[in-house]
Amino acid sequence: MTDIPLDTMVRAAAPARRDIGLKARYAAERRFRIYGVLAISVGLAFLAIMLITIVSKGYTAFWQTTVTLPINFDEKIIDPSNKRATDPDVLIKANYPKLADKALMAKLGIDPSNKPMALKLKGFLSEGARVQLRDIVVADPSVIGTTRNVDILAAANLDSAFKGQIDLNVEEARRKVSDQQIAWMNQLKADGTMAEHFNKGLFTYGASSRPETSGMGVAIIGSFYMMVIVLLLALPIGVAASIYLEEFAKKNRFTDLIEVNINNLAAVPSIVFGLLGLAVFINFLGMPRSAAFVGGLVLTLMTLPTIIIATRAALAAVPPSIRSAALGLGASKMQMVFQHILPLAAPGILTGTIIGLARALGETAPLLLIGMVAFVADYPKTPFDPATALPVQIYMWANEAERAFVERMSGAIIILLVFLMAMNITAIVLRRRFERRW
Amino acid sequence: MNKFLLTASAAALALAASSGFAAARDQIQVAGSSTVLPYAKIVAEQFGETFTKFKTPVVESGGSGAGIKEFCKGVGEDTIDIANSSRPIKKDEIKSCADAGVKDIQEVRIGYDGIVFATDIKGPDWALVPADIYKALAAKLVVDGKLVDNPNTKWSQVNPKLPDWDIAAYIPGEKHGTREVFETKLLDAGCDKAAIKATGISDDKEIGKTCIAIRKDGKAVDIDGDYTETLARIDSNKTGVGVFGLAFYENNADKLKVASVEDVVPSTETIASGKYPVSRPLFFYVKKAHLGVVPGLKEYVEFFLDDQMIGPESPLAEYGLVSAPDAERQSQRDAFAAGKTM
Repeated sequence: MTDIPLDTMVRAAAPARRDIGLKARYAAERRFRIYGVLAISVGLAFLAIMLITIVSKGYTAFWQTTVTLPINFDEKIIDPSNKRATDPDVLIKANYPKLADKALMAKLGIDPSNKPMALKLKGFLSEGARVQLRDIVVADPSVIGTTRNVDILAAANLDSAFKGQIDLNVEEARRKVSDQQIAWMNQLKADGTMAEHFNKGLFTYGASSRPETSGMGVAIIGSFYMMVIVLLLALPIGVAASIYLEEFAKKNRFTDLIEVNINNLAAVPSIVFGLLGLAVFINFLGMPRSAAFVGGLVLTLMTLPTIIIATRAALAAVPPSIRSAALGLGASKMQMVFQHILPLAAPGILTGTIIGLARALGETAPLLLIGMVAFVADYPKTPFDPATALPVQIYMWANEAERAFVERMSGAIIILLVFLMAMNITAIVLRRRFERRW
Repeated sequence: MNKFLLTASAAALALAASSGFAAARDQIQVAGSSTVLPYAKIVAEQFGETFTKFKTPVVESGGSGAGIKEFCKGVGEDTIDIANSSRPIKKDEIKSCADAGVKDIQEVRIGYDGIVFATDIKGPDWALVPADIYKALAAKLVVDGKLVDNPNTKWSQVNPKLPDWDIAAYIPGEKHGTREVFETKLLDAGCDKAAIKATGISDDKEIGKTCIAIRKDGKAVDIDGDYTETLARIDSNKTGVGVFGLAFYENNADKLKVASVEDVVPSTETIASGKYPVSRPLFFYVKKAHLGVVPGLKEYVEFFLDDQMIGPESPLAEYGLVSAPDAERQSQRDAFAAGKTM
């Protein structure tokens, strides 16, 4: 076809005005654009609603109420019979909560002999004070006999009350904090003893039955172990498999069958991989339950198809001229793949891998069956120790009865979303930076 | 790059194959009932804090049935040590346990849990009897001597004293241990068996089945998740009635109003004394073969059974567990110390 300018064509074809439905066609296009805008706004609105609910419920989780008390590490309470030199157990089993209670009573001006009043203090300070004070003493026994200011966590209900999350108009018997405790709380708030601090514990504590001492520490470590394992296993296996399938394997019935299967596997519900993991890794190979290592293996199985599909697409997108040029200059097929095709396909492969990892990071269903949906308080030292994962911790907290876990759950969701967003942004940046167009 | 890829994957595979997972387990593993989970968590946490030489036990949730199934997989370090359960272990479960080599099981009863009906806090007071529940929720009722589909749509039709609300009940789903208690203590108890018999069904088993069949027209909703989900349903439907555990209700007493059953208001006292009719014992099962093998297992069970944990003024009682009477707690401790198996 020779090049005739468009406008001459139109003029030649339309000597007289004909009704070609121009109006209707423009109207159709406008309608279609409106539908598109509507679809996007509905999507954005749902996203906004989700983010607003989560953030409004969860931002308070990043603050925790503490009571700063001058704790007198009284030898009479910690080690009344002075046996700590011979029996180190004394320092572990000592009555530490009493130290905190004494300091609090002194602060509030309550006479310790006034038993009914002292009883009302129950549930003001966190039970976690025992471990907190014990750790101070065990780390440095010379502290005994001295007085030191310690930030003691307020109990979860007081924390909720301090943040204004408990409806104080409900009659006293029906809520978890008494009027007396509220009065004390306001007294301590006024003199600055009780205040909100950044909740470091949310990132460092393991699981706990007490909201104020529960955190995502174990879950973050567990998720980290699993992501490392997924990356170490899924990336090399996935890339090797796709290079072979895309560049070396003959196209025949068998490779077609493999391709269909890979596409199918990518769509299999993740719980199925959990069942597989339970049967193969735990029951057959005898690996430990609840371990991040097994979780990583299961998630590797789940991520592999995604990575293979993304890698194959990236390899296929490299123009054939580059292959021909490399081969034409005398490169072997392997040299062609590794020195020319793979570097060009790398941005696509990385994007696929990061998206696969992000999906694996958000999975709970396969972990349920291998025992990772569990209460794990101790830090996992190796990937073979019991651990949980970020989404599992969210699920566990969602099932708790105490009010204070609600904000922690939303806080945990915010943390998970930040991780996911960071990963997806990395994927986009990598693609933008290294992507090459032909 | 290719060398790197090959070595990396080879190293990872070698790690997978030869890793140290054969090393001895030094952490107690517990699985089972989601009702027992909060109690087990409290005990596990305090156990870890008190006995610094042992690790904190790992407690999985997942339901009584799933926990017992895991428990019955066999004996050895790759199987769990304790199964929590909100119902007694069944005969066929004991048999499947024995088939897998788990012959010696020690049963431990930790206390009781009450099942309560609750509505939104702004609603009127409710006084229920089992017959009300049966009439409102059964699939089929006897009307004029004939077994027909449940015609009741409002609570006031069931019992004029109840509010004029559409029937909407959120009850535990079939995988929950709570469901069984709900069926036996309420539906079966409230069922008019003679009337069903009069319609011509003579087989007692068939009558029992008819009694506990729940209507499927959307007025009774099975909740397969936890009580949090039931609470959310009540939040969105202010005239709904939900079934909760006593502990959960007490933790959310500022949002929920509890119904009395047979004029008894559920509380730890009325459940312990047996006055409140809808309660159940909570258990855990210990693999005897693991005692002395898994470090801390014996100490954990003893710690759990201590009055410090399950007595009337213990942390578990504070959370909502109804303590067993003194004599029963002592007999549980004695039975465990004596190594009594099922």
